[in-house]
Amino acid sequence: MKKVIALLLALAMAALSGCGNAENSQEGEFKAGENGVVKVYNWGDYIDEEVIDLFEKETGIEVVYDLFENNEEMYPIIEAGGRVYDAVCPSDYMIERMIQNGLLQELDKDKIPNLTHIGEAHMKGAQSFDPENAYAVPYTFGTVGIMYNTTMVSAEEVKSWNVLWDEKYNQSILMYESVRDSLVPALKLLGYSLNTTDKAELEEAAGLLIKQKPLVYSYVMDQIKDLMINGEAALGLAYSGEVLAIKEQNPDIDFCVPDEGSNYYMDAWVIPANAENKKNAEAWINFLCRPDIAKMNFEYITYSTPNEGAWELLDESYLENKNVFPEDAVINRCEVFRYLGEEMDQYYAELWKQVKSAR
Amino acid sequence: MGKKSFALPYVVWMIGFTIIPLAMIVYYGLTDHTGAFTFANAAQILTQEHAKALWLSVGLSVISTLICLLLAYPLAMILKGISKNQNSLIVFIFILPMWMNSLLRTMAWQTILSNQGVLNAVLSFLGLPTVRIINTSGAIIFGMVYDFLPFMVLPIYNVLLKIGQDKVDAARDLGANGVQTFFRVIFPMSMPGVVSGITMVFVPSMTTFVISNLLGGGKILLIGNVIEQAFTSGSNWRLGSGLSLVLMIFIFISMAVLAKYDPEGSNVI
Repeated sequence: MKKVIALLLALAMAALSGCGNAENSQEGEFKAGENGVVKVYNWGDYIDEEVIDLFEKETGIEVVYDLFENNEEMYPIIEAGGRVYDAVCPSDYMIERMIQNGLLQELDKDKIPNLTHIGEAHMKGAQSFDPENAYAVPYTFGTVGIMYNTTMVSAEEVKSWNVLWDEKYNQSILMYESVRDSLVPALKLLGYSLNTTDKAELEEAAGLLIKQKPLVYSYVMDQIKDLMINGEAALGLAYSGEVLAIKEQNPDIDFCVPDEGSNYYMDAWVIPANAENKKNAEAWINFLCRPDIAKMNFEYITYSTPNEGAWELLDESYLENKNVFPEDAVINRCEVFRYLGEEMDQYYAELWKQVKSAR
Repeated sequence: MGKKSFALPYVVWMIGFTIIPLAMIVYYGLTDHTGAFTFANAAQILTQEHAKALWLSVGLSVISTLICLLLAYPLAMILKGISKNQNSLIVFIFILPMWMNSLLRTMAWQTILSNQGVLNAVLSFLGLPTVRIINTSGAIIFGMVYDFLPFMVLPIYNVLLKIGQDKVDAARDLGANGVQTFFRVIFPMSMPGVVSGITMVFVPSMTTFVISNLLGGGKILLIGNVIEQAFTSGSNWRLGSGLSLVLMIFIFISMAVLAKYDPEGSNVI
């Protein structure tokens, strides 16, 4: 029986890889050199789509653009290698994991001259997950905090994560469908590190989330925008980068990083080890680092850009906005997520299942 | 080139899209990361969270299947009763929504059922108290019934059409009243349609993860969600495959039980 299964699997693999080759040779007929394409894998709603057109026009490289909803969904795709990408934009801790597991290749920095526009401080920030700055080019950064509707919640209340457990906001609280993000308030309230591997501490934090669950409206990701804009929810966990875009559509929305501390995140472009079009990927990353392009992207996605060249082009009101460019004091009470290893990953997944299945 | 060569495309199809994927699920589901045989993945169904998710799925699926049956049978009877021209229009209207993406239709329910949504706007306009139904099991049942109702109506309607008026007349002739005719003649004869209707509603309800995600707000974990998360964010294919196997066996058993009520045994799906 085992032999039969092995044979079938081998057949399946052969069929899959066969398809892959056919695809490549077909592309090769149209364009010389590298395939003439760059396969990009990015977060949903995380680029000004006009930038893609501009890139295609200027370089003649065709962009194949795919989306993921969170880091955890992206990782197995890259790891399995069934779908091959040339440029991916994961978050800090996930990049650390990909480096550890050999899924990335070093960048050829000569091919990315615009890298000089990325601020010194943020290249340093990136060293927490990429010690030599060898693999990753910072794209956005920000903090996790509480987004709230000022007509329903006071600015005083959101200075503490406790507000997310306030029964006054029954069925009006949004949490992220992502275990590490949703654990931020719980861990910080308990005074624990966001990178704790102490199972007792984690269990205590998960217990808080279970206690909170009846008050939660829903666990979502991108939908937070709609639910906050139309007033369906009063407050929720949010990335600072979401705030500007949401405020444009509903001026009553504001954002705060509670005093207990929070998470400071950075998303950065990397090139997977199995990329087929490394040069095109570098051209893509270089293009995104160009100040005018970084400005376009910032104005569209509103996640803070580490591109100092773009800062000079930006409207001053943006730079003065503390939600977008947080003060040092805020950053200092925040922690960057670290990759905690395969075993802890599984444990986090277990905890999340406990929270999600609790009544 | 005999007649057999006509079957070749289907053989390729079955091997490529049924047997190989199934074999891969069996392989992943019954091995550990070293490739050694184990029941551990499938046995994970016994953990508290997974068992809870499975029973919740069974519960919600049974309820929505019953609601579908109760809604669909009278409709099918009405359709059978009216003239050919009219009923084809009604059947058409029933099938029309199925031409639209089911994800879209489910998201529409999100907007209708939400706290600030259409339903509550109508209720408060009428001076009635508003309801909180979004992100509850109730909303999920709503979504299941709406999405799968046509799958119950059509098979029952088709079977009812085939029951000739002469059979009904004969029953009445022999002294049965309307109720007796229905329960002792029409309903038993329509069992094949009922059974396939139940199958076509129960199975997708058991395995759905989209409806529970969209209308349950991620707060209600069905077995479909557990499996989906094992494959995506949990990146644990072995667990996902193991649980899929258990779910398949589960559905298999319920089908076997159902088949007993199908007198002709002709309608497994």
